[in-house]
Amino acid sequence: MAALMKHISTPLINNNPITLQILGICSALAVTTSLSTALTMSLALTVVLCLASGLISLIRNHIPSVIRLIVQITIIASLVIVIDEILQAYAFQISRQLSIFVGLIVTNCLVLGRAEAFAMRNPVVPSILDGLGNGLGYSLILIIVGSIRELLGAGTLLNYVVLTPVSEGGWFEPLGLMQLAPSAFFIIGLLIWLIRTFWTQQKEAVKFELRTRSVRS
Amino acid sequence: MLNPIEGWRGFLARDNDDRVKAYGVAVLVAFVCAIVISTASVMLRPMQEAHLEAERQARMEAMLDTLPSMRSIMQEAGVDTLETRLVDLASGTFVSDIDPDSYDAQAALNDPEQSVAIPTEADVAGLQRRALYAPVYLLESDGELLLVVLPVSGVGYQSTLRAMLALEADLNTVAALTIIEQGETAGLGARIEDADWQAQWQGKQIADGSGEIVISVVRGQAAGPFEVDGISGASRTGNGVANMLRYWLGDHGFGPFLNRLQQEGL
Amino acid sequence: MTELLIASIFQENLALSFFLGICTFLAVSERIETAFGLGIAVIVVQTITVPVNNLIYNGLLIEGAWAFIGLPDIDLTFLKLVAFIGLIAAMVQILEMSLDRFVPTLYRALGIFLPLLTVNCAILGGSLFMVERQYSFTDSIIYGFGSGAGWALAIVTFAAIRERLKYSDMPAGLRGLGNAFLITGLISLGFSAFAGAGL
Repeated sequence: MAALMKHISTPLINNNPITLQILGICSALAVTTSLSTALTMSLALTVVLCLASGLISLIRNHIPSVIRLIVQITIIASLVIVIDEILQAYAFQISRQLSIFVGLIVTNCLVLGRAEAFAMRNPVVPSILDGLGNGLGYSLILIIVGSIRELLGAGTLLNYVVLTPVSEGGWFEPLGLMQLAPSAFFIIGLLIWLIRTFWTQQKEAVKFELRTRSVRS
Repeated sequence: MLNPIEGWRGFLARDNDDRVKAYGVAVLVAFVCAIVISTASVMLRPMQEAHLEAERQARMEAMLDTLPSMRSIMQEAGVDTLETRLVDLASGTFVSDIDPDSYDAQAALNDPEQSVAIPTEADVAGLQRRALYAPVYLLESDGELLLVVLPVSGVGYQSTLRAMLALEADLNTVAALTIIEQGETAGLGARIEDADWQAQWQGKQIADGSGEIVISVVRGQAAGPFEVDGISGASRTGNGVANMLRYWLGDHGFGPFLNRLQQEGL
Repeated sequence: MTELLIASIFQENLALSFFLGICTFLAVSERIETAFGLGIAVIVVQTITVPVNNLIYNGLLIEGAWAFIGLPDIDLTFLKLVAFIGLIAAMVQILEMSLDRFVPTLYRALGIFLPLLTVNCAILGGSLFMVERQYSFTDSIIYGFGSGAGWALAIVTFAAIRERLKYSDMPAGLRGLGNAFLITGLISLGFSAFAGAGL
């Protein structure tokens, strides 16, 4: 059981898909202008990731290697379309804000990356848990970035006014930059700095050290 | 006679690099996925369309609310909603034999019989085709026209824009412009949806004294009644909005209808 | 036509204006040579897939495409995602196999990057933009090439900056990925200046 739980807990910080595996960043930049879109995107991605990992793991012994990529992508794309249709039917407002980025989950390297790296070689239950763990790790970063951008960019959180802006008689001057995409890069970059300052003893930090040592001096 | 269960087992037991298995798996995966997607799409479509319709209604209501004293005028006139009529764009006359409520503008656009190609030189909005008939929404009191709302669309920077344009009784002053659909760059072009941006359209003039359509979205500070401030970093979206109005108010769009209203009244 | 080409390279740079393909962009930009190889691979794949997807979309998926066999009401546009990505994956594998068979030297240089391209959102994004902006077949060839070239330009520039930074003394936690994010943020801020420019 503890071994299974590890599939969920390690991707949270120690092996986070965004800050360490460099997977799934594109969507992270685009949907984090507000917390509500970040939350919906996190949910959609986690569901797709769990289902895709589970399904691919289920048929992993019967996927011919020549058409491996196409089979995996077809399964992922089908799941994404279904999720997109469901969002459009049941969470219409949010899907308006997300629409093309839900579609881009197909090319979110996180989903295919976990399918290739984990689900193709492991039984169903660990694969689903691995999907869940990575989905949660991704969600964690998205939620942090989304909260910072919405709070500093508009003074609200989930549309509730937290910092009253000047235009409504408060003291807070919203930072326009936070609404633009470069701010997402800056926040994630600083977040990585923070994580690596506190988790230097982790095994993954050594992996990071190795990378800088490969520099020919 | 091949036993299906044994045939299935035999198929699964084949080597993964076997050609039959590769084709078989490909076909099976494609088939299963196609069924799942199609089922989801067909089953959920009514709900999605209901949402789109509800959204359109809500925007219409919201637009009415932004107009000064509109609600009170409507109350005085004793109407609680705008009257919908269908207009034959080429002649500018009302179409009476089709019920406007059942008219599906999107379906008409896709039907070669109910739409026409827009000549390249007239196609400033980049639409390529338009339907023969278009719905318009009128507000009148005692036979006098107070407001006309026109649905307009055009190509922006990276998406198709749809909007509702409300004109005052002189048919040249903008009462309101409401963007109802767009997929422009978030944070830049997408700001045409902001109420602040749309609010500056109110009171702007479409055409100058000679009747030429001169309204435009400009960079920097707008001056005069024919200019609207653009959004910095999204000049093409702004141009898209201006071109959309230029097309739909021009001779190939609602021009004939507006001329007829001006000369003959309702 | 030149306008479209220049716009797709600079103002509408897929990597820096639309943030597509950023995962690969960050992961494979530590050396100029590899970044260059990947850039070339993106140009090749993009120039092939955008026009072919254009044919598929206008020939098979769009409403009315099946009118010639008496089914004018069929609208398969909801399948565009699956059709495009399927075609991209197929193209990438065909390209990989044919390079391996006919141009082994090029295969050795580009081979390892090709599978990555299937999940590069720049490739799918290019095809989706093609649909959204209703490009004609000729336009889609130009757009495919231009957007690929723009992406290649961005990653080579970025790799050049990163190579210089190897010798910089920065806080340990910021080395590598951390500063890569910050620099990409700065480059994208710089590229946003192209957004309104009419070159």
